[in-house]
Amino acid sequence: MTAAPFDEAADLAALQRVAWRDAVRRHPTVVVGGALLVLMVAMAVFAPYLGTVDPQALSPIRRLRPPSAQYWFGTDMLGRDVYSRVVFGARISLLVGLGVAFFSTAFGLAIGLVAGFNRSVDAVVMRIMDGLMAIPAVLLAIALMALTKASVENVILAVTVSEVPRVSRLVRGVVLSLREQPFVEAARATGTRGARIVMRHVLPNTIAPLIVQGTYICASAIITEAILSFLGAGTPPNIPSWGNIMAEGRSLFQVAAYIILFPGLFLSMTVLAVNLVGDGLRDALDPRLARRM
Amino acid sequence: MLVVAIFVFSLLYLSPGDPAIIIGGDTATPADIAHIRAKLGLDRPFLVQFGSWLWNVVRGDLGISIFTNLPVSRLILQRVEPTVALTICTMLVTITVAIPMGVVAAWKAGTWIDRLVMGFAVLGFSFPVFVTGYLLIFSLSIWADLLPVQGYVSISNGFFAFLPNMVLPSLALGMVYTALIARMTRASMLEVLSQDYIRTAHSKGLSTPAVLLGHALKNASVPIVTTIGIGLALLISGVVVTESVFAIPGLGRLTVDAILRRDYPIIQGVILVFSAAYVLVNLAIDVCYTFLDPRIRY
Repeated sequence: MTAAPFDEAADLAALQRVAWRDAVRRHPTVVVGGALLVLMVAMAVFAPYLGTVDPQALSPIRRLRPPSAQYWFGTDMLGRDVYSRVVFGARISLLVGLGVAFFSTAFGLAIGLVAGFNRSVDAVVMRIMDGLMAIPAVLLAIALMALTKASVENVILAVTVSEVPRVSRLVRGVVLSLREQPFVEAARATGTRGARIVMRHVLPNTIAPLIVQGTYICASAIITEAILSFLGAGTPPNIPSWGNIMAEGRSLFQVAAYIILFPGLFLSMTVLAVNLVGDGLRDALDPRLARRM
Repeated sequence: MLVVAIFVFSLLYLSPGDPAIIIGGDTATPADIAHIRAKLGLDRPFLVQFGSWLWNVVRGDLGISIFTNLPVSRLILQRVEPTVALTICTMLVTITVAIPMGVVAAWKAGTWIDRLVMGFAVLGFSFPVFVTGYLLIFSLSIWADLLPVQGYVSISNGFFAFLPNMVLPSLALGMVYTALIARMTRASMLEVLSQDYIRTAHSKGLSTPAVLLGHALKNASVPIVTTIGIGLALLISGVVVTESVFAIPGLGRLTVDAILRRDYPIIQGVILVFSAAYVLVNLAIDVCYTFLDPRIRY
């Protein structure tokens, strides 16, 4: 007979359970948001296996059927299954949201870093950014979409262009205040080269606010894509996206409200999830910003 | 503004399709087209074209719509009233709702009232205008049958004929804006409430409303007013969508119709007008700072 040895694995598991419970209790909204978001991503990835049919399959005989056991969310005016279209639509929204968040933070970071360190570039580039910021973001995206062919790539590009000025302004602000910090001065005094100062001392300090900003951009990009598609200037009609489905239901909303209702709810839930995660990240990564909001 | 002007002009310059070919029609020979180009000045260099376009804009000439052949400035003037009415109604509703919400949330910080207000703010940010709009239509117009579903009645037909059609669009459009301003009011108030002079005001026996409104809100007003100005961009973006949802014949509808027909002069004109309004309002707000806070001088 031996005394129960110190069971490291079990203890660790117990600790982790406690940590989880603690996190759930302290940030319930973040956990809910994260779970919702994971659910949406899973839905987008596994769209073909979730009891969906071809979202483009026409079936004129079965058009405008209200929600039932066979057609969970009903069918639209061409007899397409609204449930399948909504599930597949998640792909476009998340793709645009993540794409825009990634590209606009990347470009904004580059522009902001250069502008923060170079006076002459700063003067020119920031005036251009100010000008772009004077055009409301959705209008700017609409204008850019009017120039090009409707496609998902172009939507990402157009929304990115309208988000970059805000990111570069944020990064520039952070860089300008970091530049005066003692640790940057110390690095310069010890003869560190400019490029190394940027990479080692300034860049890491811009990451936290940038990640927070990135989630908010993701949320607003998902809304902007839906608005563009809803107005007929976004994702082409042959690809189901939440905005498109709602646009098609627009003329029928008194007869077939469900065509608009379901994509609208999914859209709102997704944006809500991203916003909740963003709030959580902000509280965790950037206490200064958390106090300000 | 100059950057906006250059951007907007480039939009037309880069737009696909050659106006000369469209105007010339199917039977035009290359010589005819060259002639039309010369007449319209389309063969001149970019900067010269930009200069003459800018001069026209300054004189209020925004060009001719490709589709209807009417001057863009006239088309815009026809559609201004509903949009301005909707924007003003929304701002009034929002400001009267959002600022008290933010003040109360800051006053009762940490309680369930505060959580409720902040929860509403997160929801407000997450529900896009058109989703809120349709939810309101379903619940208040179709289901409860209280208000008209869609449409617009001009204010010249009397204020009480005009009002019912404004309620739902203003509420839908105001959601995001309310969330934004309530959040900012709360944050700004929290900052001010922790100051020493608030404690002084309390201890000299002033009533809570007097402290909150007279001392705290007044000192918290600059960031709030700034947010009202910046939020106008959200409002403008929202107007375009709201007008489509509620079938209001304003500038937003003009924009959407122009996009669908690729009528570039109209798109150009509307963007220019909206951006000018945005910049001017924010300029006016900058001037207001001196009244709100006498320490600010220009």
